[in-house]
Amino acid sequence: MTPLLEVIGLERSFPTREGGRIRAVDGVDFTLSRGETLGVVGESGCGKSTLARLILQLVPPTAGQVLFEGEDLARLPAAALRRRRRDLQIVFQDPFASLDPRLRIESIIAEPLIIHGIGTREERRRTVATLLERVGLPPDAGRRYPHEFSGGQRQRVGIARAIALRPKLVIADEPVSALDVSIRAQILNLLADLKADLGLSYIFISHDLSVVEHVSDRVAVMYLGRFVELADAQTLYARPAHPYTRALISAIPQPDPSDRRARLVPPGEPPSPEHPPPGCRFHPRCPHARDVCREQTPALRRVEGGQGTHLAACHFAEEIAALPSPTG
Amino acid sequence: MTVAVAPVPPLPGRPRGAIGRFVRHVPALVSLIVILALVAGAVFAPAVASLLGIDPLAEDLFNQYQPPSAAHWLGTDALGRDVLVRLLYAGRVSLLVGFAGALIASLIGTLVGIAAGYYGGRVDAVLMRITDAAIALPVLPLLIILAAVDLGKIGLPESFVRSGQAGVWRIVVIVALFGWTTAARLVRASALAVREREFVRAARALGASDLRIMATHILPNILSPLVVATTLAVGSVVLVESVLSYLGLGINPPTPSWGGMLQNAQQTVSRAPWLAIFPGIAIFATVLAFNFLGDGLQDALNPRRTRR
Repeated sequence: MTPLLEVIGLERSFPTREGGRIRAVDGVDFTLSRGETLGVVGESGCGKSTLARLILQLVPPTAGQVLFEGEDLARLPAAALRRRRRDLQIVFQDPFASLDPRLRIESIIAEPLIIHGIGTREERRRTVATLLERVGLPPDAGRRYPHEFSGGQRQRVGIARAIALRPKLVIADEPVSALDVSIRAQILNLLADLKADLGLSYIFISHDLSVVEHVSDRVAVMYLGRFVELADAQTLYARPAHPYTRALISAIPQPDPSDRRARLVPPGEPPSPEHPPPGCRFHPRCPHARDVCREQTPALRRVEGGQGTHLAACHFAEEIAALPSPTG
Repeated sequence: MTVAVAPVPPLPGRPRGAIGRFVRHVPALVSLIVILALVAGAVFAPAVASLLGIDPLAEDLFNQYQPPSAAHWLGTDALGRDVLVRLLYAGRVSLLVGFAGALIASLIGTLVGIAAGYYGGRVDAVLMRITDAAIALPVLPLLIILAAVDLGKIGLPESFVRSGQAGVWRIVVIVALFGWTTAARLVRASALAVREREFVRAARALGASDLRIMATHILPNILSPLVVATTLAVGSVVLVESVLSYLGLGINPPTPSWGGMLQNAQQTVSRAPWLAIFPGIAIFATVLAFNFLGDGLQDALNPRRTRR
C-alpha cells in the first residue's frame, strides 16, 4: 500500500540580497503512514516551517517531490491541486494572524466548505455548529469576530477550520508555541482527540522537544535544512544517536529541583544556512567532532543495532547511542 | 476534551466602534451635515423652486443683476434668473459628477491596484508602469482635446449627444480616466501588505482561488483606506469639474454647474460680485466638507483602533 505521504529529496533555496542562496530545506526524505504522527523539531530558522509550506505546495520546491497517496502534488494542474487541498490542511502557529479579522467565526469555519462546494447553506450552518462544539467553543461564538477571543480560543477556531473538510493529513506548524503554557495542554489534548476520532495523520512541527514527545509516533530532528535524526519517539528520547539530538534532550527542563545533570548545550549559534560548514554541518558545535567530521558529510543512515528504523546522520551514531541516556 | 470558555466581554461605557469615534470627530460630523444639506438641496431643487414660485430657466431681463433681496435671496444673474435656484440645480450636476467621477475612478483604481498588489511580479510591474504613465500625462492639454471630442462621431446616439447628459458623463469619463491612479497606488500598497498576512496563506491552503482570496480576504481588509480616499476624491473631482467648466470645457449652458456659473460671473465680478461669491462658496464648502469627512473617516476606521 502506498504511504499517505512520501517526501523525496525535497529542497528549497531562497536568493539573498547579496546574491547568495539560503538553502532553507536541503534534501529531506521521509514517509508518513496513515494515522501516524511525525514530530519535527529543530531550532528557529532550521527550515521547519518552510518544510511545511513545501509539503502543502504553498511554496514551490526547488527540487524533489511530494507524493500524496502516490500523486506528485507539484505536477498537478492548479485546479486539481486546489481540489486536492481538502485532504491536506494546516494549523498555523499564530492564531492572531491566521484568522481574517474582518470575518465572523462562522464564515471563517465555513470557508473551506464553501470553497469546495460542500452542502447547502443550511447544512453548512449545521456543520459549523457541530465543529464549534467539537473544538470546545460555545455555540454563539460563530456570530463573533476573531478579536473577541483569546489566543487559545482562536487556535480552536483555526483547528475547526482545518478539520472542516475531514482532511487526511493535518500539518500543525508550532500550534501551541504562541499560547500560554496553561492553554497548551488543552490544545494538545484536543489535537490528540481529533486524531483518534477522525483518523487524522499529523506532521507536528515544534521547536520544543517536550511538546513533540507527547504527541508523536516518530520524531525527526532538523538542523540547517536537513533531518539529522529520525526515530520512534521512545527510541529517540532514550537512545539519541546524534549529538545534536542529545543536546536538545538534555536541555528539556525537568520539574525536579534535585536534578543536577549536565546540560549539553551546544556552544554558539547555528551557522548561517547561506554558508553551511563543510563536512558534518554540526561539527563546529559538536563535542564529539573528529577530523572526519570536518571533511565528510555524514548521510542519514540506519543506526546499527538500533531499534526499528532508527536513522541518524552522524559518523559515530552507534557510539553516541551507546552513551548514557541524556535524561539521566 | 471540551472546555468551553466564554468570549471576552466588551468593555462597558463610552460609545464604542467606528461610529462612536466618528461622532466624536466634530469637523467631520459638521461636514457630513453640510454635505447632506447640499445633497438634499440638489435633490429637492425642483421642489424648492416651485415652493419659492421661481422657474429656474425663466429669464427676466427687467430684473438683471439684482443684489440679494427678500424676493431673490442670493440675487439674480445677467439674465435675471434666480441665483439660489440655479445654485441648487447646478449642485445636482456638480455633485453627480463628483460622486460618479470619484466612484468610477476608485473602481478602476481598485481593480488595477488589487491585481498588481496581489499577483506581484510581472503583472505588478506592467500595471504600475501603466499607472506611472497615466500620472505623467499632461492633464490639461489632454482634457482640452477630450472635451472637444465630437461624441456623435464616436458612435454615440444623436439623442444622447444633444441632451445635457452627454456633457455631464463626458466630464465623469475624463475625471475617471485621470483620477484612478491615486486609488490604484493606494490599493496596491495595501494589497501588498495584506497578501503577506497569514490568513491569506490559510485561505490558499484551503484551496481558495485567487479571485476568491482577492474578493473575500484582501478587499475587505483594505476597505477603510479606500473609503477615505474615495471620499477625499469627491471633493477634488468637484474642483476639477469647476476648473473645466470655468475654462469652458465642461458642461455647456444651459445646464448649470458651479464652475459654469463662476465662468459666467467673471465679466461682471465688479458689478455683481454675488454671482461669483455664491458658487465659489458652494465649491469651497463642498471640497472642504469632503476633506474633513475623509479625515473623520480615517480616524474612525483606523484599523489599529478597530482591533482594540
